[in-house]
Amino acid sequence: MSDVLLEVKGLKIEATAYPPGEAPHNITIVEDVSFTVDKGKVLGLIGESGAGKSTIGLSAMAYGRGGVRITGGTVMVNGRDVLQAGPAGLRSLRGREVTYVAQSAAAAFNPAKKLMEQVIEATLHHKLMSREEAEARAIALFARLGLPNPEKIGNRYPHQVSGGQLQRVMTAMALCPKPDLVVFDEPTTALDVTTQIEVLAAIKEAIVDTGVAALYITHDLAVVAQVADHIMVLRGGKMVEYGTTDHIINTPTQAYTQELVSVRSINHKEKIGGAPVLSVKGITARYRGTKFDVLKDVTVDLPEAQTLAIVGESGSGKSTLARVITGLLPPKSGEIIFNGRTLAPDFNARSRDDLREVQMIYQMADVAMNPRQTVGTIIGRPLEFYFGLRGDAKKQRIQELLDEIEMGEGFIDRYPAELSGGQKQRVCIARALAAKPKMIICDEVTSALDPLVADGILKLLLNLQKIENVAYLFITHDLATVRAIADSIAVMYQGRVVRYGSKTEVLSPPFDDYTDLLLSSVPEMQLGWLERTIATRKMDAAGN
Amino acid sequence: MRIPLPAAIGLFFTGLYFFMAIFAGWIAPYGMAEIVGDRWEPWSWAHPLGTDSIGRDLLSRMIWGGQTTIFVATMGTILSFSMGSILGFVAAVKGGWVDQFLSRMIDLMMSIPSLISALVVLSVMPVTLPVLIVVMGVLDATRVFRLSRAVAVDITVMDYVEAARLRGERQMWIIFREILPNALSPLIAEMGLRFIFMVLFISTLSFLGLGVQPPMADWGGIVKENREAIVYGIPAALVPAFAISSLAISVNLVADWVLNRTTSLKGGRG
Repeated sequence: MSDVLLEVKGLKIEATAYPPGEAPHNITIVEDVSFTVDKGKVLGLIGESGAGKSTIGLSAMAYGRGGVRITGGTVMVNGRDVLQAGPAGLRSLRGREVTYVAQSAAAAFNPAKKLMEQVIEATLHHKLMSREEAEARAIALFARLGLPNPEKIGNRYPHQVSGGQLQRVMTAMALCPKPDLVVFDEPTTALDVTTQIEVLAAIKEAIVDTGVAALYITHDLAVVAQVADHIMVLRGGKMVEYGTTDHIINTPTQAYTQELVSVRSINHKEKIGGAPVLSVKGITARYRGTKFDVLKDVTVDLPEAQTLAIVGESGSGKSTLARVITGLLPPKSGEIIFNGRTLAPDFNARSRDDLREVQMIYQMADVAMNPRQTVGTIIGRPLEFYFGLRGDAKKQRIQELLDEIEMGEGFIDRYPAELSGGQKQRVCIARALAAKPKMIICDEVTSALDPLVADGILKLLLNLQKIENVAYLFITHDLATVRAIADSIAVMYQGRVVRYGSKTEVLSPPFDDYTDLLLSSVPEMQLGWLERTIATRKMDAAGN
Repeated sequence: MRIPLPAAIGLFFTGLYFFMAIFAGWIAPYGMAEIVGDRWEPWSWAHPLGTDSIGRDLLSRMIWGGQTTIFVATMGTILSFSMGSILGFVAAVKGGWVDQFLSRMIDLMMSIPSLISALVVLSVMPVTLPVLIVVMGVLDATRVFRLSRAVAVDITVMDYVEAARLRGERQMWIIFREILPNALSPLIAEMGLRFIFMVLFISTLSFLGLGVQPPMADWGGIVKENREAIVYGIPAALVPAFAISSLAISVNLVADWVLNRTTSLKGGRG
């Protein structure tokens, strides 16, 4: 008996596209992809969105999402071609030999059922164990995955545990029927960086302990380097490079892989000093109808034409700070001094120039642009509104702005739905620039983008800062981004600024406990980083 | 662009009824209240649909009646839509006590069946076409308010609306340029539906004698005038009934198709 568990040969996957106003046509999502996974080994599938990695992962269960058809190749699991298996054969495959861990555990659990019911459901359905045995195994898995109260946690409902815990419960669900292969589809992507590392460590330990084989799908090469034995790099549905983890990380041969490995290596020399364009003084704020201060006595300065990065995990109050500065949430106490003037707490009371000089770029470019307006209208409106530009003058300025964001001609009449993710974010940048602001608040502007696209946006922002002399208040949870762009950094934790200073000051030891946790949680592109970090950290992430 | 068969049928009949309503003066063979024969004459070449209870040509009555029914229903729909959607958008954009006040007022109005409130108002007011249109429009605006507020509440929390607010845009711009285009497809589908309810509403009122007053013709009134003939096996009352139902069905078919098309447009909302 050979050790090959999963063998995929010449896989081809197609779907039918229905573009509005055109005839439906076939598109190829995955073409000629072949790989093998041995028993107990982990293969990492990596690529940006649209690379076909999830589609390939699901094909190991002979499953295609709505409208997706597997049209060529073979998928052998335990020596059996699952693409030829009938409905009964597939039922015995799924949930028994191959199981699945989805990206968003919160969306994948049934909110009306207790966790234990859902964890042992597949095991009972396939009559692999009695209910008592299955529950005992689930509890053992909960303990092994480091969940608190392993005996009791199964009695909770999905909303009663945190996101990181839910993701681990889902891993337990996948491991419970003793499968041969588990497909992990971006299991840590939706988690905070400090939570991600613990879930990652738990998953890795569980894989090693149970000897199960796995397909690990992610867009983050640094993450996959920690868990995988082999890595396959995908782009546009085709294989780019396939080899051992060591080979891909340390000696990649393809240009695309090299780019992925060296992503976020922008070198930005920090600027120090300068008169502040924005001073936030002693801001305390809470949302209406609550009795909890989301921001507690926050004081930071942002010098002209520099970048202040606000770093923290979700719930730390960093986006609330942006809402206070823009005037969407008037603070309980404290004041905001912008360009020498004190800004009114409520944006309705601010002058048009006050509004113009503080612009905002959002995380989700999709919902930051009116889908019924063209790019020309979106960028043109601030020109018309603040500067009274009309007709040809407006059109010319729009084109200038489009050139500045490196998009060029032919975009004015397009709708947002006709742009790629990176282009959408660029248009949002152009809209902010159109107002000739002194400061732009960037709220997680790169976190919804693929690493290479995000890199392009960061380079563009740095470039524009030089040309337009604009200051950025850069809100992010991603420390790699911070290193690339910031001049000064404020680390926020539970509504307070716990560390604040120039980039070098904040990022050099000695660290306080929280900053240490945050810094050590950012995956690095090295083998064995995960084990080293877990062994040396000072503080556990909150909520786990 | 291919028009699906049901939509084509719907378009044809809707178009036909509207055409006859608009050009009633040229098409109708006789005047609206002209007595041209005996009561309830059978169908013949001179009177294709026979005559009615006092000897007027039924085909002419149908055409003139269609004009009244469709005119009142269209005006009522326009009124209810402009009122309901603007108030609904204002409630959604303003929020707070404005929203509470408007919403509770609308709840109050909706707690009384609209036919009852219409009957009460019309029994004390002079029944003229403008009064009818206003009463029907206001009563129906409650439904439009509910829908447009619900749709707009979803849209007002979008980042692009926030961006427009932070730009300093006026409420009018936010309502008409940011929210309205994105709320249009559910509203258009609702418009077809509300038009049909208007047709049924005016016909009901006329049938009860509180709608369009004789000698003016309208479909509900024609049913009322000829209802006794059914006892004698004369189908005069069925003709306007058929017109009402076929208009309702065809407008619905068109609204369905419009809804299907607009939701799949660029960036369209579901």
